[in-house]
Amino acid sequence: MTSPLVTHGVGKRYRRRWALRDCTLTVPERAIVGLAGPNGAGKSTLLGLTVGLFAPTEGRIDVLGRDPRRQPEVLADVGYVARDAPLYRSFTVRDTIEFARATNPGWDETIAGEFLTRLSADDRVSTLSAGGRARLALAVALGKRPALLLLDEPFARLDPLAAREFLQLLMDGVSELEATVVIASHVIADIERVSDHIVLLSEGHVRLEGSVEELVSSHRLLTGAARPLGRIPGVQEIVRERHSGRQMTLLARLNGRVVDTSWSVDEIGLEDLLLAYMAPERLPGPTAPEKGRLRWHG
Amino acid sequence: MIEFHLDPRSGVAPYLQIVQQVKEALRLGLLDVGDQLPTVREVVADLAINPNTVAKGYRELEASGLVEARPGRGTFITSTLAAPSLKHHEALRHELESWLEAADRAGLDEESIRAVISTTLREAFVRRVA
Repeated sequence: MTSPLVTHGVGKRYRRRWALRDCTLTVPERAIVGLAGPNGAGKSTLLGLTVGLFAPTEGRIDVLGRDPRRQPEVLADVGYVARDAPLYRSFTVRDTIEFARATNPGWDETIAGEFLTRLSADDRVSTLSAGGRARLALAVALGKRPALLLLDEPFARLDPLAAREFLQLLMDGVSELEATVVIASHVIADIERVSDHIVLLSEGHVRLEGSVEELVSSHRLLTGAARPLGRIPGVQEIVRERHSGRQMTLLARLNGRVVDTSWSVDEIGLEDLLLAYMAPERLPGPTAPEKGRLRWHG
Repeated sequence: MIEFHLDPRSGVAPYLQIVQQVKEALRLGLLDVGDQLPTVREVVADLAINPNTVAKGYRELEASGLVEARPGRGTFITSTLAAPSLKHHEALRHELESWLEAADRAGLDEESIRAVISTTLREAFVRRVA
């Protein structure tokens, strides 16, 4: 089976600004990918390219093995919930579902229905709560029985309870459909619970990518007395260095075991890890050459 | 039927938390041969976690011979951890109690005792997985 989403050196430029550059990724089949990064990092651009909203300025993108611009029929198998779950506000819940049924040949009544249990068919979209709208948008996306489901900031307007409910419904649908999912969010805590694969974007570049298990197991916090840093056996790369008084803390990517007992070695959670890769001190100044920026990419 | 819970801050991978919770229930006799585990979809909808995580936990349990997946029917417990280990609990508990008395005589307070135990456990675990 081919990977549901592959990008080869993809870049997208708006006038003079690159929203995304040198983006090369392979999303494993049936993964739940957390697409993380601050606002303006290029997350929505990547999703927009995936559903063919616009063409890449450079590079190539394969969605379920096909080009979403040249072979748009592939989009019948792609579910996409854009930011703020856009729906026709004057439609009722019933109108929305009927419209989706009419426009999607492979429409699955049962699965869409499961997500609407608490919505009344005659309610207008404009009167629904944020949670209700999110649920309706998800029903429309899942009713297509997509092989690939893309969600852009799905939690942005949801309170914690509605966010948890939405996540439960989403995971339920995903396990039924065996779909691959990409969830873009600037709040890492929202995607941490479900993601098994992470793509971290920052300033239009991929900073970090990999399976959560591999990323978490290959990074450690090293704490010890401040000292000039040489090579530490077991450490492949020092991601971040922090000093406090006579003590220093390193976030290190390991390629072996750190046996030097003058360092105390601790695990680091996914959220802290991603924040460290995003941290401003990691980013070279505006004058830094393009190449220098890329070396953070693991 | 067992109900899983998930502690995202524990540092233990979620699929391992599921494995551990099943093993613990088996050790305590709360689950027995023939009992059914919730379906992947039930766990996923309940906990809002990744279906791959649940499937991975179940596969791990299957590989260690504790459960069996019967296609179309569900996952069932096929062996128990209670019988062989329960009979050792008593003796081990006695040893632990005498160790605690020794710690008390040495002047360790409750916090120090907990610290010694948790660091020793952690180190022993690191050695085991290394």
